[in-house]
Amino acid sequence: MAEGMTWSIEEADKLTQAEIYGDVLCQLGDKYPDLVAITADLAKSTKIGRFGEKFPDRFFNVGIAENTMFGMAAGMAQAGLRPVVSTFAVFTALRSAEQVRTDICYQNLDVKIIATHAGISFGQAGSTHHCTEDIAITRSFANMTVIVPADGIETGNAVAAAMEWPGPVYIRIGRGFEPNVHTTQDYGFEIGKAETINDGNDITIICCGVTVLHAVRAAKVLEQEGLSVRVINMHTIKPIDKDVILKAVEETKRIVTVEEHNVFGGLGSAVGEVIVESGKACVFKELGLPDVYSIVGYPEDLYNYYKIDSDGIVETISEMMGKKIEEDEDWEDET
Amino acid sequence: MPLTQEEIKELHKKSQEIRKRIVEITYSAGGGHIGGSLSETDVLVALYYKYLNIDPSRAHWEDRDRMILSKGHGGIGWAAILGDKGYFDKTLLKDFNKTGSPFGMHLDSLKVPGCDASTGSLGHGLAIALGLALGARLKGKSWHTYVMLGDGECCEGSVWESAAIVAHHKLDNLTGFVDRNKLMIDGPTEEITTLEPLEEKFRVFGWEALRIDGHDFTQIGDAIEKARATKGKPTMIICDTIKGKCVDFMENDYKWHYGGINSDMVDTAVKSIDSYYQKILG
Repeated sequence: MAEGMTWSIEEADKLTQAEIYGDVLCQLGDKYPDLVAITADLAKSTKIGRFGEKFPDRFFNVGIAENTMFGMAAGMAQAGLRPVVSTFAVFTALRSAEQVRTDICYQNLDVKIIATHAGISFGQAGSTHHCTEDIAITRSFANMTVIVPADGIETGNAVAAAMEWPGPVYIRIGRGFEPNVHTTQDYGFEIGKAETINDGNDITIICCGVTVLHAVRAAKVLEQEGLSVRVINMHTIKPIDKDVILKAVEETKRIVTVEEHNVFGGLGSAVGEVIVESGKACVFKELGLPDVYSIVGYPEDLYNYYKIDSDGIVETISEMMGKKIEEDEDWEDET
Repeated sequence: MPLTQEEIKELHKKSQEIRKRIVEITYSAGGGHIGGSLSETDVLVALYYKYLNIDPSRAHWEDRDRMILSKGHGGIGWAAILGDKGYFDKTLLKDFNKTGSPFGMHLDSLKVPGCDASTGSLGHGLAIALGLALGARLKGKSWHTYVMLGDGECCEGSVWESAAIVAHHKLDNLTGFVDRNKLMIDGPTEEITTLEPLEEKFRVFGWEALRIDGHDFTQIGDAIEKARATKGKPTMIICDTIKGKCVDFMENDYKWHYGGINSDMVDTAVKSIDSYYQKILG
């Protein structure tokens, strides 16, 4: 285990995102005796149940009652415990939005939420089980920190970091059958500090979650066509890393955001807010679900259909590179 | 041990004082949820002046009993008591509802010492109480968690989710009250959505359920002692109360769920309260 790291899993690259989460939570259970884990009949699906197997006395399955679950988590935090809650993203950010906002965020309580099956990762289940609104909703809750890890290894890092981060944290993961982007956990993960995975000067892809893997793949394809593509893993949506965005705007002048979320309100909106406030102009494109409920299908097919996989990113960037940027000599001075 | 006649007299005197303060705050605030604040008064007075294990000089003392006002709109009544107990300077209550004041209609746990949870959105408090009671059990703590629900609030599905889970965990360190004043904003509860039989509903959910006159201190005291003595399950005390209690022109009128009063109405209200207690206390 690297110094400062709070978890260690053999062959993490062979595990899904949720499996790593479950195993890391078990290790954190040793470190934090006041950590309690709560779910609503999704112990197996979210893998929080692994904690329950190891610490049955600190594990609570309330049944299918999410609203009570989040209120109960607030009460347990007020009792001086460290609740970690897991259910699907759709039941967290939509069904129980008010409990999460009023009971947890309004009272600024140390409740860590790991919401699974986010975006369209549960593709075959249909839109009742998809969640393409949660980034928009949770980042509008004052006091809430919002993290979208790129893969299982980053999920482990995010969950461990969240335990030491004050206030409520929302960590959004998918089903996580995709390979890891990271090969080691020791790459300097820090909440609120984006990771530049690939450097480049022609265009910047800002992405989060599963789209990071696709962005890295797209960058490799585009490199063969002679393009230098910067890839920024914006794992923390809130507080967002403004510096890395503005640096990319200045240095590459073309930005494309990619997310498994409605284009309204998510990563693209958060990045766009930073750019617009800066007064700097750039070519800007958001990839995500174009304000629709997803079609049904296997996630990889859906990522392709909505152009948030490597093919879609390559296609979009090729179009964007064809656009002329009207640069005046004073561009650097614009504010 | 049942309350003594002397204790009951003192509690009535306190209720009289609190009810008059509720009227004053409603006046200075430019309006308030006065009807439900007057109906909940006696149960809260019994808790705060007799039963709760609290120390207002240490609002965050870990071992304190917890009190969640799930019917958060009763905030004026609750704040009047918290101020009187010395959780904060009660002269601050003149700023109730004013811009920048720590006191809004629904108390904020981060701003009001003694307020254990920010409530107001109905159907949330019982779940928070559940977390506090489970937390006490897990930490080996002996604090008791009390929660007061509104009767109209019992229309919320989340109340029944929570009721089932509290009973499942056999949390005898949690006691609930329903302020059964039988009126909600738009009218009588039984005309809008039938709530009765409330005790039976809680009973079949696995609770001990009691029904009392929520303005009778002997019954309130006996019920709280029974609840504390009940092992292996939580207790819900359905308190039959009168919305607007002691203010004759407000009693049993749903229009006084929320309202503003002018200075003449304050005088009439105070006279009505004093005359009620004149009969009781002599």
